[in-house]
Amino acid sequence: MNKAIITVVGKDTVGIIAKICTYLADHKINILDISQTIVSGYFNMMMIVDLSSSDGEFKVIGDELDELGKEIGVVVKCQREDIFDSMHRI
Amino acid sequence: MINFSEVSETNEMIEKENLDVRTITMGISLLDCIDSDIDKLCKNIYDKIYDSAKDLVKTGDDIAAEYGIPVVNKRISVTPIALIGGAACKSSSDFVKIAKTLDEVAKKVGVNFIGGYSALVSKGMTPAEKLLIESIPEALASTEVVCSSINVGSTKTGINMDAVRLMGTIVKKTAEATKEADSLGCAKLVIFCNAPDDNPFMAGAFHGVTEADRIINVGVSGPGVVKTALEKVRGEDFEVLCETIKKTAFKVTRVGQLVAKEASKRLGVPFGIIDLSLAPTPAIGDSVADILHEIGVEHAGAPGTTAALALLNDQVKKGGVMASSYVGGLSGAFIPVSEDQGMINAVEAGALTLEKLEAMTCVCSVGLDMIAIPGDTKDTTIAGIIADEMAIGMINQKTTAVRLIPVIGKGVGETVEFGGLLGYAPIMPVNQFSCDNFVNRGGRIPAPVHSFKN
Repeated sequence: MNKAIITVVGKDTVGIIAKICTYLADHKINILDISQTIVSGYFNMMMIVDLSSSDGEFKVIGDELDELGKEIGVVVKCQREDIFDSMHRI
Repeated sequence: MINFSEVSETNEMIEKENLDVRTITMGISLLDCIDSDIDKLCKNIYDKIYDSAKDLVKTGDDIAAEYGIPVVNKRISVTPIALIGGAACKSSSDFVKIAKTLDEVAKKVGVNFIGGYSALVSKGMTPAEKLLIESIPEALASTEVVCSSINVGSTKTGINMDAVRLMGTIVKKTAEATKEADSLGCAKLVIFCNAPDDNPFMAGAFHGVTEADRIINVGVSGPGVVKTALEKVRGEDFEVLCETIKKTAFKVTRVGQLVAKEASKRLGVPFGIIDLSLAPTPAIGDSVADILHEIGVEHAGAPGTTAALALLNDQVKKGGVMASSYVGGLSGAFIPVSEDQGMINAVEAGALTLEKLEAMTCVCSVGLDMIAIPGDTKDTTIAGIIADEMAIGMINQKTTAVRLIPVIGKGVGETVEFGGLLGYAPIMPVNQFSCDNFVNRGGRIPAPVHSFKN
């Protein structure tokens, strides 16, 4: 497994999840877990995804998701899961 | 599985509290470059560094992008050049040639500093080491990214007072040679006692002779993260305070460990150590003085500061040691003046003096760091300050260092602007009484007794 965490934060609007998920499906990135909430009008989402069968380089996917986020008006970050594992799990 | 709050905690540390990997430093041994012909030697050095480090900057940037954590600096440390140039260098200008080679190759591979223009003279000086030391003013004035460090004492050998006296003069000459740039050369020159072989932080990094051919050392930092964590436990007792610092240091070090392992794997270079140091920058909120303030002193320098710094330093080490099996380098809290906005404020408020800083260095990880003093300070006075700091290191079996900047043409009350990570500093007054007769004695201070500890 080649897991990454995608976080999406920004002002809520229609179709955020749809657009992000379409991008992931197009690049054969499998979603393992999603949690999402709205805090005072702000959209917060975290996804755990598996990039094992994805067709692109990690860095390129990160950059493209960042671009996509700008189009929607939210901040999208894609980080390897290890950084969170290292910090929060012994 | 990782949950929402853990992800946001990590990302807040990075985005709001300036958590970063301060440096990935590649240590490179130059012992196999030695040649008696200076041009051949310079070519060997250039080739070895270029071949070893050509992918360093790109690897650092890739890791930063993939993990979402800034890797601020990519740097190189090399074997002390006095050892490498000994056979080829017949004069100081031969050594300057090596410095220029280092500068050239460092810029070529894109790192922002290269350390190791160094000599280890804690007991005595070889002719080559003396030549290297004498070449420092010209070497630092004619290069941009070369850093120099000289080890003049250790707990095992005592203090080489001839070297201390010489360094007093060299610091002053370096200031003169770079006076057009507010004596900036001195910011790239450190004098050590008990210098570690594996320190990744500049200006004191060099690749010790006890090290492997190449090695990756990583320095992590995060004063802002510690400060924010402490804001949540205001008014609590020392147990809670210490526990909070320890846990935070643990988390920060784990990130460094991950980055170090990853860099080591991608570059095919063995992992050396993690240096967990609270290294401040002039950015707001990235300050060790602010942590001391949060612990409870009005300004760094107020009574209680040394105790607060001692506990901070110790908890940082405790958290770090739990997080990585290979903690090394300096590991602790740095207290530079010009690089820390809280320290600058303390000096300007009149709370922090050179003497209090000296007391603080007894319990922090390094020493008198990035302190601007009047340009007309005597060579012997600088040597006296160095000797005091070296004595603290020697007796307490710890690393201490001095990085003083006598700013030529400026006096107490004026400020000096270094720019970037080096920040700005108010010029601090120096005790005006003489130590000429002490410094001019010459010879060595013997190694201390290792028993009867009182």
